[in-house]
Amino acid sequence: MPAAGPVSPAEDQGAAARARASAALGVLAVAGHRIGGIVLRDPSAGAQQWIAALKSRLPPSVRVVRLPSSATDDRIFGGVDLAATIASGTPVAERGVVADAHGGVVVIPLIERMPVATQARLGAVLDTGVAQVLRDGVCAAFDAEFTLIAIDESEEDVWGVAAPLRDRLALVLDGDVRVDESMLPPASLIQSARAVVAQVHASDDVMIGIGTLCVAFGIGSERAARQALWTARALAALDERLEIEESDIALAAQLVLMPRATRVPAPPPDEDEPQEEAAPPEQSPPEATSSDTPPDAPEDRPMEDRLVDAVAAAIPPELLAELLARAQRPSQERGRAGAEKESWTRGRQVAARRGKPDGVRRLHVLETLRAAAPWQRARARARFAGDVPVRSLIVERDDFRIRRYVERAGTSVIFVVDASGSAAAQRLGEAKGAVEALLAESYARRDRVSLIAFRGTTADVLLPPTRALARARKLLASLPGGGGTPLAMAIDTAITAGVAARRAGTLPVIVFLTDGRANVARDGKGGRVESMRDALDAASQFRASNLSSVLIDTSPRPEPMARRVAEALGARYVPLPVVDARAIAGAVALARETA
Amino acid sequence: MRVAFPFSAIVGQEQMKLALLIATVDPSVGGVLVLGDRGTGKSTVVRALPALLPGMKAVEGCRYGCDPSANGSRCDECRARALHVPKGKLPVTDKPVPVIDLPLGATEDRVVGALDIEKALRNGEKAFEPGLLARAHRGFLYVDEVNLLEDHLVDLLLDVAQTGENVVERDGVSVRHPARFVLVGSGNPEEGDLRPQLLDRFGLSVEVRTSDSVAERVEVIRRRDAYERDPAAFLQVWDHADSAVRTKILAARKRLPTVQVPDAVLHKAVELCVELGTDGVRGELTLLRAARATAALDGAKLVTDAHVRSVAPMALRHRLRRNVLDEGGSGTRVARGITTIYGDG
Repeated sequence: MPAAGPVSPAEDQGAAARARASAALGVLAVAGHRIGGIVLRDPSAGAQQWIAALKSRLPPSVRVVRLPSSATDDRIFGGVDLAATIASGTPVAERGVVADAHGGVVVIPLIERMPVATQARLGAVLDTGVAQVLRDGVCAAFDAEFTLIAIDESEEDVWGVAAPLRDRLALVLDGDVRVDESMLPPASLIQSARAVVAQVHASDDVMIGIGTLCVAFGIGSERAARQALWTARALAALDERLEIEESDIALAAQLVLMPRATRVPAPPPDEDEPQEEAAPPEQSPPEATSSDTPPDAPEDRPMEDRLVDAVAAAIPPELLAELLARAQRPSQERGRAGAEKESWTRGRQVAARRGKPDGVRRLHVLETLRAAAPWQRARARARFAGDVPVRSLIVERDDFRIRRYVERAGTSVIFVVDASGSAAAQRLGEAKGAVEALLAESYARRDRVSLIAFRGTTADVLLPPTRALARARKLLASLPGGGGTPLAMAIDTAITAGVAARRAGTLPVIVFLTDGRANVARDGKGGRVESMRDALDAASQFRASNLSSVLIDTSPRPEPMARRVAEALGARYVPLPVVDARAIAGAVALARETA
Repeated sequence: MRVAFPFSAIVGQEQMKLALLIATVDPSVGGVLVLGDRGTGKSTVVRALPALLPGMKAVEGCRYGCDPSANGSRCDECRARALHVPKGKLPVTDKPVPVIDLPLGATEDRVVGALDIEKALRNGEKAFEPGLLARAHRGFLYVDEVNLLEDHLVDLLLDVAQTGENVVERDGVSVRHPARFVLVGSGNPEEGDLRPQLLDRFGLSVEVRTSDSVAERVEVIRRRDAYERDPAAFLQVWDHADSAVRTKILAARKRLPTVQVPDAVLHKAVELCVELGTDGVRGELTLLRAARATAALDGAKLVTDAHVRSVAPMALRHRLRRNVLDEGGSGTRVARGITTIYGDG
């Protein structure tokens, strides 16, 4: 630390964030089409400024197109040109946005609202550079090489960018993405860097460096290595060099590899228990200032080792803990569910059906034409006695086809598990067994499950809604017990999760497993009276949000407190002297039916 | 359109490569399911197939790419044409083996085929326009992220793959045509979206993951980079290796009908299936077919225990009776079973 006076950590962080944001901007401007694109995650500030700055640095010939996340597949990837099809009598394909953006940039705000399948298709187009259209009577392929900017505004800890797409996008920026215009490379430099980036030489040491980093940080994707290499190339080109240097790789690793790290090399921190990071006043990291001279003679060691150290040291521990926690969570899945209900107006489109269009049911023009087509000759003959008017189309009522959609209506079972000391170890074990059995049942029904655990002073979402059973089971098995019972916090967390599940189009059912004996209040302090008051207060809010729930009393004999909480929650109360998976399943099934 | 990364240049992924070669030599093993994380090169291997596979003979002008030598399984059009030529001999042409990518979001009419709207509108003629299944006939149909495909489409694909025939009854057209293809599906088990019913309908299943060896990873990066910077030159370098694989495939196909399974080997293979408690006989059949294809690729006349061993994980892993909560430990169970029956090493 320099003696000149301490830099406030917040200021320091702000500067680091801006440096990252500018570096990412430069890289994207130079090598965007080689690295897929970028995710702007939870951009608290400056997403628009960032994009505008990028645009100002790109050659004027590069188009920047916005694509709403609600766009339909035919608009994105291409489909049938209805007007031309009817006019010519030949199926005519129409280009989609990604084909129009060939050679340019596509910006998708609110990507978390885009169905997973559509995101996966975007990923496939990024891979092949071709948008294939195979629907509604047309077959076509359009060139579509583009750079994607995905703006993800989903809540913390949840990725709105689906995994198949995320893997194709090299860069991630979190939070504040504002940049200093003065720090950005000028457009002319970007222009020349774009011209030479493919010629930047990568020595064997560079390849070894990147390979070592991928292994050291547990990054499985080979795409990530490729993207890191191109990022390093872009950084070198921006520095007007034709040779990649160590510093380029270090920075590329921070931009591309770190967000995907699943483990930390050398001194292994407690990566098994990311929930432990609760204690906030952790001593400030000594390495955060990133001194590039570790104590023991660095120059003798191979470059790849120095790189691993430098990159590991450059990550602030909190960020690292957060990254690890995030890496261990599956992305929230959306866009699909097992149980779907049919609808005429919203949801995913399925095969059209014969019927009359009205205010609610919409005509499916193409399918109607398809139905009418074979009869044209015969009808014309019948109606006009062979004297067929040119290009007239005779559509009869029987031909009408209407659009059908299916809507998701799956159940989302949210388990809120009391892992406190009062739910003694053995009871916790039994509760786990019961939850496992329920998980198996949910799996068969293709429900989503999510898991909230509370103990000590926190209630954490261990698992956002998912059907990844193996993951849920692993988390549950490693769930430690002990500590106080912050019931109020648990209920608050359950409300948030329940409301989110409902917003995602599923029917939430919340299953509390607790003895109801709260002893940690909302402010994290002990005290039975306050804690109980807070818990009942939270419970009444829960009731007001109209969520369907069950409270399973896990105490050895029915506990009056648990019953009181259940009543306040409006939950079905199920005392279980012996936790029995079948009985719990029955109670949950009941709640599900009334959900 | 970019040229594909050559098959021989792919580092590692031996299980997946072997599974696809087996399917090439003997398509009757059924589809191949590839499970693994993203970015592990699953798509790269599949997309390398068209350039690798030896071409095939097809009836000239046939929309379904019918095999000129297979009289029984021709499409209706070829059968009708054959009546009007001497000895039923239709003109033959060379065609590359189709490897068809099924894009997510494809609609059912494009997959199975539908009424040809153009002909219908123009001439009032009821004609059938073949779909993807017709194009994939005698080749491969690849579905990346098979878990994201609509369930009814997956079921349909599996049905057709099993029967080898596509039956279309829609829009007033009634058509059946041969559609024998190897379904290759990829997915990520972590996402929990793979239906159990789906798993055992694939013949082989392989898991791909990236290696933890720095040297191997570096080689991947190096080759990939060389390819990206100059695809044409890279292809030329690997052309020789690819054509060696091609020769191997052709020889194996020729040899396959004569490869024998000694009784002792057969016996042990069945023992393994019993030990593992695989459901039904499909496991045993697939295991033997895969072992024979491997022997053929090896240039062997007889199937040995070693052949069976090498394909047992991919043929059986997904057929064990599962505990849904047993997190993919089936690979370990198969390995244990192999050790029990065949001993160590």
